[in-house]
Amino acid sequence: MEYLAGEYDVIVVGAGHAGCEACLASARMGFKTLVITLNLDSIALMACNPAIGGTGKGHLVREIDALGGEMGLNIDKTFIQIKMLNTGKGPAVHSLRAQADKKSYQAHMKMALEKQENLDIKQDEVVEIIVEEGECRGVKTKNGAVYKAKAVILTTGVYLRGKIFIGEISYEGGPYGLFAANELSASLEKAGLKLMRFKTGTPARVHRASLDFTKMIEQPGDREIIPFSFMNEFEDLSRDQISCWLTYTNEKTHEIIRKNLHRSALYGGEIVGVGPRYCPSIEGKLVTFPDKETHQLFIEPEGLDTEEMYVQGMSTSLPEEVQVEFYRSIKGLENVKIMRTAYAIEYDCIDPTQLKLSLESKEIEGLFCAGQINGSSGYEEAAAQGIIAGINAAQKIKGEEPLILDRSEAYIGVLIDDLVTKGTSEPYRIMTSRAEYRLVLRQDNADRRLTEKGRKLGLVSEERYRRYREKAESIEKEIERLKNTTVSPTEEINEFLRVRKSSEIKTGLSLYELIRRPEISYHDLAAIDADRPQLPLALGKQIEVEIKYEGYIKKQLAQIEQFKRIESKRLEPGIDYTKVKGLRLEAQEKLNKIKPESIGQASRISGVSPADISVLLIYLEQKRRTDRE
Amino acid sequence: MVIRDGDTIAAIATAPGDSGIGIVRLSGPEAISIAESIFESISGSPLGDLPDRRLNYGYVKDPTSGERVDEVLVAAMRAPRTYTREDMVEINCHGGSVPLKKVMALVVDKGARVAEPGEFTKRAFLNGRIDLSQAEAVIDIINSKSEMGLRTAMSQLDGGLSRRLGVIKEKLLAMMARIEASIDFPEHDIEEITREALEHGAKETVDMLERLIATASSGKLVREGLKTAIVGKPNVGKSSLLNALLRENRAIVTDVPGTTRDIIEEYINIKGVPLRIMDTAGIRETEDIVEKIGVEKTKEYLDRADLILFVLDAARPISEEDRTIFEIIQGKRVIVLINKTDLKVEIDMGEIEEAFRDKPVIPMSLLKDEGLDTLEEKIHDMVFSGQVRSSDPVMVTNVRHEDCLKRARKSLLEAIESIDAGLPLDLISIDIKESMEALGEITGESITEEIVDRIFHDFCIGK
Repeated sequence: MEYLAGEYDVIVVGAGHAGCEACLASARMGFKTLVITLNLDSIALMACNPAIGGTGKGHLVREIDALGGEMGLNIDKTFIQIKMLNTGKGPAVHSLRAQADKKSYQAHMKMALEKQENLDIKQDEVVEIIVEEGECRGVKTKNGAVYKAKAVILTTGVYLRGKIFIGEISYEGGPYGLFAANELSASLEKAGLKLMRFKTGTPARVHRASLDFTKMIEQPGDREIIPFSFMNEFEDLSRDQISCWLTYTNEKTHEIIRKNLHRSALYGGEIVGVGPRYCPSIEGKLVTFPDKETHQLFIEPEGLDTEEMYVQGMSTSLPEEVQVEFYRSIKGLENVKIMRTAYAIEYDCIDPTQLKLSLESKEIEGLFCAGQINGSSGYEEAAAQGIIAGINAAQKIKGEEPLILDRSEAYIGVLIDDLVTKGTSEPYRIMTSRAEYRLVLRQDNADRRLTEKGRKLGLVSEERYRRYREKAESIEKEIERLKNTTVSPTEEINEFLRVRKSSEIKTGLSLYELIRRPEISYHDLAAIDADRPQLPLALGKQIEVEIKYEGYIKKQLAQIEQFKRIESKRLEPGIDYTKVKGLRLEAQEKLNKIKPESIGQASRISGVSPADISVLLIYLEQKRRTDRE
Repeated sequence: MVIRDGDTIAAIATAPGDSGIGIVRLSGPEAISIAESIFESISGSPLGDLPDRRLNYGYVKDPTSGERVDEVLVAAMRAPRTYTREDMVEINCHGGSVPLKKVMALVVDKGARVAEPGEFTKRAFLNGRIDLSQAEAVIDIINSKSEMGLRTAMSQLDGGLSRRLGVIKEKLLAMMARIEASIDFPEHDIEEITREALEHGAKETVDMLERLIATASSGKLVREGLKTAIVGKPNVGKSSLLNALLRENRAIVTDVPGTTRDIIEEYINIKGVPLRIMDTAGIRETEDIVEKIGVEKTKEYLDRADLILFVLDAARPISEEDRTIFEIIQGKRVIVLINKTDLKVEIDMGEIEEAFRDKPVIPMSLLKDEGLDTLEEKIHDMVFSGQVRSSDPVMVTNVRHEDCLKRARKSLLEAIESIDAGLPLDLISIDIKESMEALGEITGESITEEIVDRIFHDFCIGK
């Protein structure tokens, strides 16, 4: 039996990391929103590692935060360890990573949803999307409820026709012992969406008391905390941190795995889905890198109120008894007790080239997709797409232009452009190497890049905006002051320089010029800079980056200007590229498939050559003149 | 793929070949400032201050060496009354293909980009200069020219060049993957590349690029000329040989400050091969060079030569001095000239044949003007081995390849600078990636994807 259960502006299907950001964004923008999840206890579930951030991923979280999203605030509330990675490798790639208290992370996110105005939360399974006249107008659930909506956002994670693999055993199921969603896929296919099959996996969870940490290397957190959210200062967040532990596999471990390789679901041929290269199973690592004598694993706490520990690096689809055997061959894990068995999971996702840059389907109006359903992987990648889908569903209802961040504005832009322009053949992970302008897309300046945009959309609170303005002004003021403050070549100054192996000065020099020297840091300079204002730690670091790398930053800004020129040349979605004279056949086909939104996007489609781009430019000019006549 | 738009482009607008006059054409926002930076007008005013659309007489000067490259007529034409409706400059060169290419190289050094096929016409159309009815013709030009460009590019890329580019790319890719893997996966036990290894790799790659740039037919040869030494004992006719070559082929006479203050070099152009005659002052002196500066110094001096013209006197028997020179120039690129064949031959031809078994030996009489043609032919053959002619259509493509190679080198040199300055890895990688992108423009590959693939290929990464 079906009944009309409600009418909404926006319905979000799934309350994982993408779904949470999506429903919060549309509700915060003032639209009546419903989020439907299979299980209320799995809201914002971290089904794999208990951590947020990492290289590139940490950048995404800060961008989500700068736009007014929730992930940064939530991890700041619930981290039990935090680290800035890559501090030795340069400012563009500094990345925050935190260990989360999983349950606490979920509870706080659930609370944020529950307290949100305009947002309803419902436990049920969506089995069908309602598509009429090429428009998505609502969803039907297993319990017979029909919800009407102006826009629907699919954030289904790994639940669509999810299938679990443990050695020779396989069964229908979602992650973490939850149910799969088996019916929705058929409805999506019927609506014309092309599906793909991807695979991922997770390691075992083990009991803390069964581990011998004396045989492992301790991995503590940072003492100086830089928060994820621009709304927090490090002083607000200080707390006791919990350590992780490092240990290694050995020849015996590898021997056990090799002996049982044929029983792995991955190598027994059971799994058809494509797995991610950056997250291979341990058996995959052994096969691909047979000469590597040892592999590292990190033991990470799942939370403060549990003895469960996550075994990073040991994802596997080997049978349960083999898992026990090889885990126990590892130093420190000799007596390990496995509480949750490692598994591989296969799931349906869509080919993301079916989406526009706004994350709306090209074919079905009002249908948006975000997160793992788009072939990505990772909580942060999901959340990043979620907030954009939420914003753009709202913008669509308002009749306003979608928010499209380009590759020079945000990692979010890199992520979405990569997915919808090039598609992906494996679960996609963000990497800083994928960003062309990473010196400009730093984690420290995400607010400067995005907070104004978030404010225009109505997502940024007054308080957030005030903080952003204050920070921007104090940076500007301090840089000005450093430019105008000159030190004289006194013995004290030259002694300061000598100690740092920096060449001595003979005439007066501004503090600004001194910071440009690689061996002098802003922090160090405090010793000879009496009038320095008291600034937060993160701010000082940002000032230093702006000064030290000014030359490189200018160079990237010039490249961005070039990039923006062709990015701003729009292509209408209605163009039939087979009718554009002079395009090569391959280019015609690719362009018709992707329907790029700009010349810039077209240039990133493989199979479209510079000559084809010239032809497109001429076509646009031709069209412009004909239209004018 | 890097698509650039609205920058300043340049091309040699006349057909390639050895015609007397050639035009280098520039279009784009920087056209006038770039041309101004290498043009010295006779009136002394900078190009930007000279009247629009007028031919101005003057010289193109290499701003780094201060050397005058060619005598030229330059016209600056300001937007929008130009073919492309952008600022344009035309530089009319008079010195033949060598200075023409040098002028082209200079504008590229100053920031112009070598134009894509049909790019001037494309801009003319996009900026509304060409009638709508001609749009298809413009597309045809772009397509046919890029196809031709592609064909020549492919044929160029077949074989040697492609292999060497492959080696260079491979080296950079391995370095990049190493840096990026350690950046993107800091928690994995990936051994971080040391600055020494990075610098060594970058320097090695720069060397490889240098060699490649030098082999491009418009490369080192055109830019610097084939360094040629004329040696022989006193009174064998070195000075007459120089004068004879200069009389027929003098291109530009320049004073280049050399290692010693009185060394003067002259350019001559032999069948499209530019020669730079070393130490012309020394040649004109009568003293024996070996006696004057010593065997070691002579060796060093001759080591710098790309080609040695060794002059012997047919009318005199082989002397000790000759034999010393024999010794020094063994194993070098030598043409042996037996001058004064108009006199009674006293020299032992057998011994010469023996000493220079694999080298060309040309009898000549400078007095009677005999043998000079044979020498010129020999020089041409030696350089080109009959493969490259200056009218080869590949030349344009070469300029573009060279542009890419030079940009790749420039980025790597910047990387080395950053390594030396102790800058962090993420900045160094920007330069290395830029270098790869410049090379990628020759081969048309997507660098980012390749780097990502390489990371997963080379390193065991996974949580």
